[in-house]
Amino acid sequence: MLRKSLCAAALGASVFGASVFAAGAFVQSAVSAELSDDMVKIGVLTDMAAVYADLSGDGSVLATRMAVEDFGGSVLGKPIEIISADHQNKADIAASKAREWIDTQGVDMITDLVTSSVALAVQEVGREKNRITMVTGAATSRLTGESCSPLGFHWAYDTYSLANGTGTAVVKNGGDTWFFITADYAFGHSLEGDVSNIVEANGGEVLGTIRHPFPSSDFASFLLQAQASGAKIVGLANAGSDTINAIKQASEFGIVEGGQNLAGLLMFVTDIHSLGLNAAQGLFMTTGWYWDLNDETRAWAARFEAEAGKKPTMIQVGTYSAVLSYLKAVEKAGTDEAGAVAAALKSMPVNDVFADGGTVYANGRMAHDMYLAQVKTPGESAGDWDYLNIVRTIPAAEAYQDPTQSGCALSQ
Amino acid sequence: MVFDVPLSFLALQLFIGLQNGAFYALLSLGLAVIFGMLNVINFAHGAQYMLGAFATWLGLEYLGISYWWSLLLVPIVLGLFGILIERALLRWLYDLDHLYGLLLTFGLVLIIEGLVTDGFGSSGLPYDKPALFAGSERLALGALTGNERDFMVVPIYRLWIIVAAVVLCIATWYMIERTRLGSYLRAATENPALVRAFGVNVPLLITLTYGFGVALAGFAGVLAAGLQAITPHMGSNLIIVVFAVVVIGGMGSILGSIITSFALGLVEAITRIAYPEASNIVIFVIMILVLLTRPAGLFGREA
Repeated sequence: MLRKSLCAAALGASVFGASVFAAGAFVQSAVSAELSDDMVKIGVLTDMAAVYADLSGDGSVLATRMAVEDFGGSVLGKPIEIISADHQNKADIAASKAREWIDTQGVDMITDLVTSSVALAVQEVGREKNRITMVTGAATSRLTGESCSPLGFHWAYDTYSLANGTGTAVVKNGGDTWFFITADYAFGHSLEGDVSNIVEANGGEVLGTIRHPFPSSDFASFLLQAQASGAKIVGLANAGSDTINAIKQASEFGIVEGGQNLAGLLMFVTDIHSLGLNAAQGLFMTTGWYWDLNDETRAWAARFEAEAGKKPTMIQVGTYSAVLSYLKAVEKAGTDEAGAVAAALKSMPVNDVFADGGTVYANGRMAHDMYLAQVKTPGESAGDWDYLNIVRTIPAAEAYQDPTQSGCALSQ
Repeated sequence: MVFDVPLSFLALQLFIGLQNGAFYALLSLGLAVIFGMLNVINFAHGAQYMLGAFATWLGLEYLGISYWWSLLLVPIVLGLFGILIERALLRWLYDLDHLYGLLLTFGLVLIIEGLVTDGFGSSGLPYDKPALFAGSERLALGALTGNERDFMVVPIYRLWIIVAAVVLCIATWYMIERTRLGSYLRAATENPALVRAFGVNVPLLITLTYGFGVALAGFAGVLAAGLQAITPHMGSNLIIVVFAVVVIGGMGSILGSIITSFALGLVEAITRIAYPEASNIVIFVIMILVLLTRPAGLFGREA
């Protein structure tokens, strides 16, 4: 009874909502030929409340707002609107939300898209419905590899650049035998694959791999198997609270004391914040951005922090850069038609607080300098958020995969 | 060598399994006690466990309360919180179907997790456990294997979790099955009207039972604070498994819940060695098998 009446109510509401939106869209599209619906609408589809909410989430929405503000609030004389939703890290929810946005709300571009399975699904929706997607949150290099799309862009970082940065540095420091603890979904597999290639290309060897359910809170059993493998490096091909728990629990089994080292393959500044420097000190990580690089980044981070109460992650600043670039491309193309905007995006250099001289490859990959960093000791840190020493700047061409090697048909 | 793995490795994996079982035991015990007395399926149990961990962190961060005091104070605070929920919300639902209690407590989960995420973010908070518990000890296995060089690394904190959980479980079982107060509780579960006629304050018993169940969840939360990142979702990830444990053991059976919890922890540990990808589903597979063959659970009484 209860379920029946709930269903009826939901059905009624959705039919009503859809018809209202459809009517609105029809009236608006008749007015302007240049911009659909007489406005540019940007959708931020992200994780609002679960494991990745701190590194994307509300912060990405704020970054989008800052980009629209900095662009001047309008493009080609028309307003810019922002809409956001929670995809709960589920590809099916994300894909149906994206369809709804495009079909009934006139959304022109979808960004953030944290979680690789989500990004892959929504990039497909964008291709099918002729809309731009700009992934800043997810990591898998498949987005610009075998699954690439002419309308799909991948901004802040990817598994290849993470693998290349941390993997190369670690192998060159003597860490030539690896054991992976991998999150068992698209992102983990992609990261593990990319790092394995780098390790083997540098003469190292992968001794074993274990795939853990996502998310997990207890890594004891997996860490023990890594320990038993005798590998010099335990590579954590996971993210967020999975990585945090694995690092935290590694100290219980004396893994580092026993001569093995941990490599967090994807770490964000918010992860270091949650781990505390005592547990995280000395870890190497690769990042696309850090707030304390120069005066411009410090100023941007301060502006972000004033509203969000914390420093931005590379995903959030990457979202700012993606949205700003998108708006510039719409202006250059003189329309928000996806094909024309994609062509404009691929013809412009990216110069903003996130990237200096970034280039967009034919496969949709935005290549920019990456940074190899080491987490400070508690003694070196001046306080909250002062966490990283930049060890090396990795030039864009080295950090990102040569697009002709990516397996993407667009860049062959 | 067993299963082609060294004994010390196997022993440690089983030890970890017991430690996971300890969490299942503490949480399923609370659920079983609450269900037995109130007939409420307390979906908020995971959120209450999470609040226990957050309260531990808050206590240390803002009030300087040490881990040891938290072990005592956090369950009391959570118990009072539980009593408040029972008095203000749950008691109106006793005459209705189970479904209403479940929906109410599920709503509480959404509200509590939402508020905590909003206040503290989702990536988790760091909590340094007492130095006494850091690291691990080597335990000689020579007597078992005949090889003097065999040993097993025992993480001290996890050992403490097992000990604390076993002691608390035995104490709870003893209190309910072997004391006068426990006999009131069991009698009130069977026939509340009759027990009331004997002059026992049944509504008070119910309130205290719920408070006690929530306090157990809070205690488990304190234990978890030293083990993993404290996140708003730590409870919901765990509680689904704990529900399966309770279903397997039999709703309302105290001893059944405890034994099942430790046994399933061990089963999970073996799965983690044999085929780690399946470690999250093995308990549910067992649940299905049990439901098919013994719908009331392994230790449950047929209704």
